[in-house]
Amino acid sequence: MQPLAREFIAAVREAARDGELGDTTRAEWSRTRDLLADLSRERAAQGFSPTETATFVFSFKQAIFKRLRSEFGSDAETLAEETWTATELFDKLGLYTAEIYQKAREEVIVRQQQEMLELSTPVVELWHGILALPLIGTLDSNRTQIVMQNLLEAIVAKSAGIAIIDITGVPTVDTLVAQHLLKTVAAARLMGAECIISGIRPQIAQTIIHLGVDLGGVLTKATLADAFQVALRKKGLAVAKG
Amino acid sequence: MGDFLLVTIQVDMHDRLAITLQEDLTERIVNDRTRGVLIDISALDIVDSFIGRTLGNIASMSRILDAETVVVGMQPSVAITLVELGLSLPGIRTALNVDRGMDLLRESLERG
Amino acid sequence: MVVGKASEIRVASQDDVVVVRQAVRARAVEIGLNLVDQTKIVTAASELARNTVVYGGGGTVLLESLLDGGRRGLRLTFEDRGPGITDIEKAMQDGYTTGVGLGLGLGGARRLVSEFHITSRPGEGTQVRVTKWNG
Repeated sequence: MQPLAREFIAAVREAARDGELGDTTRAEWSRTRDLLADLSRERAAQGFSPTETATFVFSFKQAIFKRLRSEFGSDAETLAEETWTATELFDKLGLYTAEIYQKAREEVIVRQQQEMLELSTPVVELWHGILALPLIGTLDSNRTQIVMQNLLEAIVAKSAGIAIIDITGVPTVDTLVAQHLLKTVAAARLMGAECIISGIRPQIAQTIIHLGVDLGGVLTKATLADAFQVALRKKGLAVAKG
Repeated sequence: MGDFLLVTIQVDMHDRLAITLQEDLTERIVNDRTRGVLIDISALDIVDSFIGRTLGNIASMSRILDAETVVVGMQPSVAITLVELGLSLPGIRTALNVDRGMDLLRESLERG
Repeated sequence: MVVGKASEIRVASQDDVVVVRQAVRARAVEIGLNLVDQTKIVTAASELARNTVVYGGGGTVLLESLLDGGRRGLRLTFEDRGPGITDIEKAMQDGYTTGVGLGLGLGGARRLVSEFHITSRPGEGTQVRVTKWNG
């Protein structure tokens, strides 16, 4: 903490010497800003609160006021003016740390959302050349898009000719999601792979018909097991009792 | 390679090149009595409506000349974009890679 | 907000269409678009550049990198002094064409980008402006 405080004071002093105290967005304040930005990001990552982060800046106020009093003690008007300038300056710098802190937290949230999306969409290989994508939970347009990209990439990586999209665990499907599913099937076909959609629940089947989405060209099966059997047959394989 | 013709596209296709390819290919199909054509587009980072249409034309023309065309190796990002563009290339057979494409051609030749 | 340097490319021949694709790709990579979004904006650029050559009798495209809050974007402005489009709504429909294409150019390009704006005056020319944002 000590060296950081010293560095901060040095940066402020340098900026204040040849700069404008009222406007901390100017170039001479860039070193101070960078310093505070690093501090805020670090503290956000370590789980400090925004108050604790801003307190780093505010804690200098007392020392500064003391110094001002000893320098202008007899001149009340100048003292009041200088105190106000200092207050304004440190409030601005303190708020700046809060702003950066918030941004850093938002970045963390976005990254976590991304990671969760990736975790929640496992593509598994059921057999050589047969992939399955068991979807669970509500599908929004954004998630569907990422899921589908992952599936298409897995098709190339595993050179899988057949992919089963199982939606048993999906409670509802809206028009946009249904269209994404269809687009995925179409894209897979362009790449030379065939998709089977399994586990369409009765309500979803009704919704799909109601929405006027045409699943005509798509192979659908009631269960993942049925779909797997079809996939095996397409590869010239069969399951037999040993 | 026997009865099959393998075309690997490795450059950024401009329109004239696409037309030249179409012309050269149909000529080769006739001269070499080719029964199957594999077009490997795994190196293409985009397929726009013009290139897509050229591929479709090659497929229909070769069909008339009694040859099958299989387009192989389309990248996922290219496939997603083509679908979004509104081009699903219904008349074109596809395969994941050259080997799969050969299997497909052999099967359809055996069948008839 | 426009950031960095804008660049303008002449779009007069079919070879220029390839040049435009490559320039758009380079910028899309630079601003950090993911592979699918790169492919979409490059494909849209290819369609629009071909329109500029075939229907507009040649023109230009302006490439600009944008910054809006945390988002980054790529904006392309195609301009020609061709005959213009009388019925824009009709021209946007899939399957409509006055030329040799499939008629997927304008409507297709619109589906590949985040923002699409077209202005056209018969006899004066056409301007198409598209933007792709990362996210």
